[in-house]
Amino acid sequence: MESGKNYILGIFDDEDILLKGVKSVREAGVKIEEVFTPYPVHGLEHALGYKRSKLPVVAFLFGLLGTTLALTMQFFMMKIDWPMIIGGKDFAPLPTFIPVTFELTVLLASFGMVGTFFVISNLKPWAQPKVFDVRSTDDKMVMAVDLSTNKTDLSKIKEVLKGAGAIEVNEKSF
Amino acid sequence: MQVTSPVRDPLVTGGKTLHDITNDVCRQVEGKPTLPWMGGMAIALGALSIGAYALVMTLWDGIGMWGLNKTVGWAWDITNFVWWVGIGHAGTLISAVLLLFRQKWRTSINRAAEAMTIFAVICAAMFPVIHMGRPWLGFYWALPLPNAFGPLWVNFNSPLLWDVFAISTYFSVSLVFWYIGLVPDFATIRDRATNKISKIAYGALSLGWVGGAKAWERYEAVSLILAGVATPLVLSVHTIVSFDFATSVIPGWHTTIFPPYFVAGAIFSGFAMVLTLMLITRHVFKLKNYITMTHIELMNIIIIITGSIVGIAYITEFFIAWYSGVPYEQYAFINRATGPYWWAYWSMMTCNVISPQLFWIKKIRTSIVATFILSIIVNIGMWFERFVIIVTSLHRDYLPSSWAMFYPTFYDIGVYLFTFGLFFTLFLAFAKFFPVINMAEVKSILRSSSEKQPIRR
Repeated sequence: MESGKNYILGIFDDEDILLKGVKSVREAGVKIEEVFTPYPVHGLEHALGYKRSKLPVVAFLFGLLGTTLALTMQFFMMKIDWPMIIGGKDFAPLPTFIPVTFELTVLLASFGMVGTFFVISNLKPWAQPKVFDVRSTDDKMVMAVDLSTNKTDLSKIKEVLKGAGAIEVNEKSF
Repeated sequence: MQVTSPVRDPLVTGGKTLHDITNDVCRQVEGKPTLPWMGGMAIALGALSIGAYALVMTLWDGIGMWGLNKTVGWAWDITNFVWWVGIGHAGTLISAVLLLFRQKWRTSINRAAEAMTIFAVICAAMFPVIHMGRPWLGFYWALPLPNAFGPLWVNFNSPLLWDVFAISTYFSVSLVFWYIGLVPDFATIRDRATNKISKIAYGALSLGWVGGAKAWERYEAVSLILAGVATPLVLSVHTIVSFDFATSVIPGWHTTIFPPYFVAGAIFSGFAMVLTLMLITRHVFKLKNYITMTHIELMNIIIIITGSIVGIAYITEFFIAWYSGVPYEQYAFINRATGPYWWAYWSMMTCNVISPQLFWIKKIRTSIVATFILSIIVNIGMWFERFVIIVTSLHRDYLPSSWAMFYPTFYDIGVYLFTFGLFFTLFLAFAKFFPVINMAEVKSILRSSSEKQPIRR
């Protein structure tokens, strides 16, 4: 084995076979590193045993921060720092603060959530991604098995992948 | 899992495979610019240059270059602003609302519609900025920044300030939503790229996306939440735009029907513009298998619905003006229909109320030529709607001694032309360098749309 990680790649061309394949591969005791697909395959994350993303919670918290910031800012500016009666309204009428509060809530929720998504998924313009197979962004689904985290031997893994419905089984090292 | 419908028409025709989708969409990005594209770009840049002259002169000499007067202080500038913002709304509607409603037909048109949103909002936002006269001071007038006036802040009671927040939030959230959707497709182009420049450019744009299952799960969570927050955002933006008028005391503006009526009008004009652009795009880029007659027909049905809502709103306004018993209000509406701007009012009525009703006829609804013509008529009508609301209400208000007419100057028209040039330049650049169809999403519905779609592997 050469230096660096070595991977076995199972190439699939059908999402139904892939979903069943993921289950059978995991049942055979082979640990799957990741599955790369050209489009979101629903149910794949369950098959792989991933936990549900907590991004909705992140979005909510950022939204709450936006609401608080917006209300504090408006009350501070209009009531404390420079109170003025405009159009006969109270110094700090809550109803007229709602539009700006709503907009800032949405703004912070969206940017906070998307920013978090970029950070946790390691998405950045200067990223040098490991592309296992260029066809994984075109029309094939690629199941990557990391040899260093698996105790099962190479020929066995290849057999399991073939049995799961892979149309090709390749090796790749980085 | 494959769930097919035996009754629905396929959303992608022509027996396409996943690989065909990649090829068809990337062809435009990877190939040389075509002749129709270069022609379009030349016209757009021409309009942009002529318009730029009008814009520079407006900024240099001030907005006195426009045909405004003491009575009609808002005319083409705010008409164009509301019109462009309205056009922008369809993009978010298609990508957000239809996503929440699980409407799969949105997938082939959402990308271009969102691009249209972003470019339309850029054009829209220019008008409030220019009409300040000295836009370089606008930062202090419009944003809550500590400034040279002492600790005097912007007025949070004013709908004009709400607009600042609404439009800028809308623009930035739409931009992010659009970009998130583009990331997987950029990765596809990066992996196919053969020359160094596109490898680097699309590599940076794709942010290192490889399409792992975990990333897709997060991506879908993000899209759904963005759709969830963008939906009320769309409604809020045009509601707030309508507040610019509705919270004032001008007869013809001071009405509670404005928020829903403006939102319906925005969807109406937005879908018309999507149709105008998509019909050209599908023809020039040969995407007839992706933007099918089903898509066109569904969009036409939305035009019938929103056009009818707009029609009802016009009639309700008239009724309420009479029913309120306020003579100023009654006069404002009679003046709209029979006063010096009667031609604008009746153009609006013909284009917006009568013409979309033609789509009830299946033959018209499924005709490319008729759809294209009607989509343009609707956009003209919606421009007149904003013009009628703004100018006819202002030109004759409470004081007959100050009654006046508005006549546009070359500079009014020129700045409008500038935004047209800008919009089409940006849209054409988008169509050439970005995938106009969301490949990843179309691939995900390829097999689930209909049994009639043959599956080839």
